[in-house]
Amino acid sequence: MVSIDELKKISSQVRRDIIRMVSGAKSGHPGGSMSSTDFLTALYFGGVMKHDPATWTRSGKGQDVFILSAGHLSPVYYSLLARAGYFPVAELATFRKFGTRLQGHPSTETNLPGVFQPSGSLGQGLSVAAGTALGKKLDKDENLVYVLMGDGESEEGQIWEAAMFCSHQKIDNLIAITDWNMQQIDGNVDNIAGLGNLEGKWKSFGWEVLTCNGHDFNEILTAFAEAKGLAGKGKPIMILMHSDMGHGVDFMAGTNEWHGKAPSPELAEKALAQIEETLGDY
Amino acid sequence: MKKYTDTGKKDTRSGFGEGLYEAAVNNPDIVAMAADLTSSVKMDKFCKAFPERFFQCGIAEANMIGAAAGMALTGKTVFAGSFAEFVTGRVYDQVRQELAYGEANVKIAASHAGVTLGEDGATHQTMEDIALMRALPGMVVINPCDFNQTKAATIAAAEYKGPVYLRFGRPAVPNFTSADRKFEIGKAIIMNEGTDVTIIATGHLVWEAVQAAEALEKEGISAEVIDIATIKPVDRDAIVASAAKTRAVVCAEEHNMAGGLGELVAGILASECPTRMEFVNGQDRFGQSGTPSELMAAYGLDAEHIVLAAKKAIGKK
Repeated sequence: MVSIDELKKISSQVRRDIIRMVSGAKSGHPGGSMSSTDFLTALYFGGVMKHDPATWTRSGKGQDVFILSAGHLSPVYYSLLARAGYFPVAELATFRKFGTRLQGHPSTETNLPGVFQPSGSLGQGLSVAAGTALGKKLDKDENLVYVLMGDGESEEGQIWEAAMFCSHQKIDNLIAITDWNMQQIDGNVDNIAGLGNLEGKWKSFGWEVLTCNGHDFNEILTAFAEAKGLAGKGKPIMILMHSDMGHGVDFMAGTNEWHGKAPSPELAEKALAQIEETLGDY
Repeated sequence: MKKYTDTGKKDTRSGFGEGLYEAAVNNPDIVAMAADLTSSVKMDKFCKAFPERFFQCGIAEANMIGAAAGMALTGKTVFAGSFAEFVTGRVYDQVRQELAYGEANVKIAASHAGVTLGEDGATHQTMEDIALMRALPGMVVINPCDFNQTKAATIAAAEYKGPVYLRFGRPAVPNFTSADRKFEIGKAIIMNEGTDVTIIATGHLVWEAVQAAEALEKEGISAEVIDIATIKPVDRDAIVASAAKTRAVVCAEEHNMAGGLGELVAGILASECPTRMEFVNGQDRFGQSGTPSELMAAYGLDAEHIVLAAKKAIGKK
């Protein structure tokens, strides 16, 4: 486990990686990657998730499992996996390029260490996480399953099939996270297909629901600790992370504009000037 | 010519149920999931014997496929079952991303395939599922012909590591293949050897093909009958060798023309051994209500139509 100062350093470097990867590939999804950077940094580096790159296998046996349902958040995912030691940091330069293991959306076909399941077509990861959690229960493996989905993604019907399934099956070894950044490709979520009372929805589906400022490491660590404390008590757990799309760069923050667009080389420079290089660029 | 006897009509879905149970007795890592059609899909015997390994998903097939993939991640061999339409067309994207692309060790147990589902009508009768599943890289597609073969195929699917589409049907049909024959994935079964025409059939149409061959023999026509129980990977060598010998081929299936066995065989023969062909299938139509036998006759999915097609193919030589 590292200090909050250390977590801030890691998340700063991860945001630099995101900008550089997306800019280098001339495509990709920086907005949601940056809204989820802080709590995912806490998950992987803050002593929250039990994981070890040295002994990692796709079966997740003996470790916690993380399923990225919102596969377009691959930039933040790949950066964190590389920075955590799952594969060389230099490989981030191959993101989205022909022959890469770092496909536009996560693939298991390329055998990239750390990736459990392909994702990209939205709304499916919660179901996968539910199955993984049930598998762990059958194996009497007491480790947890984490899954991240977007708020826009929660417009998918399958999310709510899975929501019912998890509470009905009492899947209490699962901690789901929603990156509640309020933006999706076409605009503000409330203007596209409003989710209404998201907290109330999850509660009414039989979940324990926590809310958190997704950019405050103290709050994030507290929320994860509380969530882990709720595990094993008969209910699935959801953490709604209030966040800003594009967080960390002034002209990218709080808008849908950078959901799936790469900054030009000039704008990338401008963005990078706002984010400290802490661990060395790849 | 080898004669086949119906040892008593049984549904292929019950063959699945028996196979699943038997495989599960020997393998504690087998789990099953259903979407509110547990007994229709004949999972009840498994369910009763291994309640802790059975997961009811409710009427939520997309979630079932995703959960099956997650369960498979942890090392389980997962059978996820419903009606064929609801585990293919309804959840194609989930099957594609989670099972095929994700190379999940999940067996899709697809019951009530084709028009022989009967009275429920077209909404429930898929004649397109083979095409959908065959189009997915890495997906094994198995369509057994009777109770015994379905049971053996289920056991083989359980032993195979990777995604499998296992297709079977609702009605009781003749049970005529050997009960002790081990199912080999990817291997064609030569039911009868012949020299004038090859009848290549899959699923419920294999019995009809065998009957057609007997009828043709009475008219002095020697028909070779091949059971393609594994549609993917298909036994190319067996198909090409037989076509090279008889120079006339009929394909028979309870499925539409597009993407089915007929097009598959035509594609192989076009490049390896151009051959006169005829097709017995659902053409390009939806199903409708009726009894299974009424519908088989109405769609021309029977021995009589195979005989006509065989003569036509021979006539084109």
